[in-house]
Amino acid sequence: MNITIKYFGVIAEQAGISIESMRLEKEQADLAEIKAVCFKKYNISDTDSIQTAINRELKETGFLQTGDELAFLPPFAGG
Amino acid sequence: MKDQQRYTRQVLLPEIGTIGQSKLAQTKLLIVGMGGLGCPAALYLAAAGIGHLGLLDHDRVDESNLNRQTLYRESDIGQPKVLAAKKFLSRQNSRIKIRCHNEHLTVENAVTLFRDYDIIIDGTDNFPSKYLINDACLLTNKPWVYASIYKFQGQVSTFNYKNGPTYRCLFPRPPKQQLNCEATGVVGALAGNLGMLQAMEALKIILGIGQVLSGTLKLIDMLTMQDQLVNFNRKQEGINSILNEGLKRVELTCEVREPDKVYLDVREKHEIPQLSGEKIIKIPLGQIPNRIEEIPSDIPVYVVCQSGIRSQKAINLLESNFGYINLINVSNGVESIIPQLT
Repeated sequence: MNITIKYFGVIAEQAGISIESMRLEKEQADLAEIKAVCFKKYNISDTDSIQTAINRELKETGFLQTGDELAFLPPFAGG
Repeated sequence: MKDQQRYTRQVLLPEIGTIGQSKLAQTKLLIVGMGGLGCPAALYLAAAGIGHLGLLDHDRVDESNLNRQTLYRESDIGQPKVLAAKKFLSRQNSRIKIRCHNEHLTVENAVTLFRDYDIIIDGTDNFPSKYLINDACLLTNKPWVYASIYKFQGQVSTFNYKNGPTYRCLFPRPPKQQLNCEATGVVGALAGNLGMLQAMEALKIILGIGQVLSGTLKLIDMLTMQDQLVNFNRKQEGINSILNEGLKRVELTCEVREPDKVYLDVREKHEIPQLSGEKIIKIPLGQIPNRIEEIPSDIPVYVVCQSGIRSQKAINLLESNFGYINLINVSNGVESIIPQLT
């Protein structure tokens, strides 16, 4: 399966990219698992506040299938 | 000048008309935070004829505000922001009422303040204020229009609109620390864009037209000019806890990079980021003479404030009046002693 991952705000800076595709050798993947992989890969800390959206719907848990888009949304507060 | 002349171009729109214009005139709208978001929002809402505009900010105009806070002039530096903003907006539209709240939004005053208004616009720059606006809007049943910026990106949404989702439904947990414009930088045109989107959302709410961003977060990246909408639902648990238990103070804390050092934090209680650690002594500058026994004189003490100025004043006071010789100024301020995210 192939998924697209988007990063916003400070996470995009930490990851050094704002979009990437990920290839997994399975039919579907647990959101928690993908989150853990991405946080580890880019050494992202303070992850408790970061929200995720699958196909532009906010989800805290769930599964991803091929073609899905996952977005990492950090809260930010500048004004 | 007759109102009919002034508002001709918008009254011409069938979605507004004379009925819509009188709705705008009857609206009481409060802007919390008159910075990079609040200034453009206020300017366009005043121009559109919002009948009663409330402006809340405790701050004074600083030269470093002028790149984005476009209601202020060089001659306003040092003046309270709300008074300088009122001066500008009254010249723009003398027919609307503008009320200044030259104070902090607090757990104590938020609910009373919000009761007097129909809609709240969030122009704040920190998480505790955003949670406070959210919770006070829940308790007073008011919609609020949120925006935040980070470097070249922005977020905007409308919360608590006709029992729709709230800020806590989108972001239930604040980060452990935050980076603000002072620390990360900001370009005025981005803040201006977001502030104007907030003004447009408020107009839609008042006029009952279009699709309000309720349950939808709009994400904008100004470097790529790409937008994205993310949908989210109302989560009743977080809402019930506020409705049942009332306002709670949300505090962000962050640990210092060198926890073995003894720090004397001379900032006021409300200033962020809040420092946490066993060896942090917190005494606001004005209280130092009365709490002198809390400050050790036999080990190195690092004195810290927001920028390094008040901490130097505290050192001068402690050295000349109380004989301290163990104090070291953190000359680059609090941001220099906490971990940086970037």
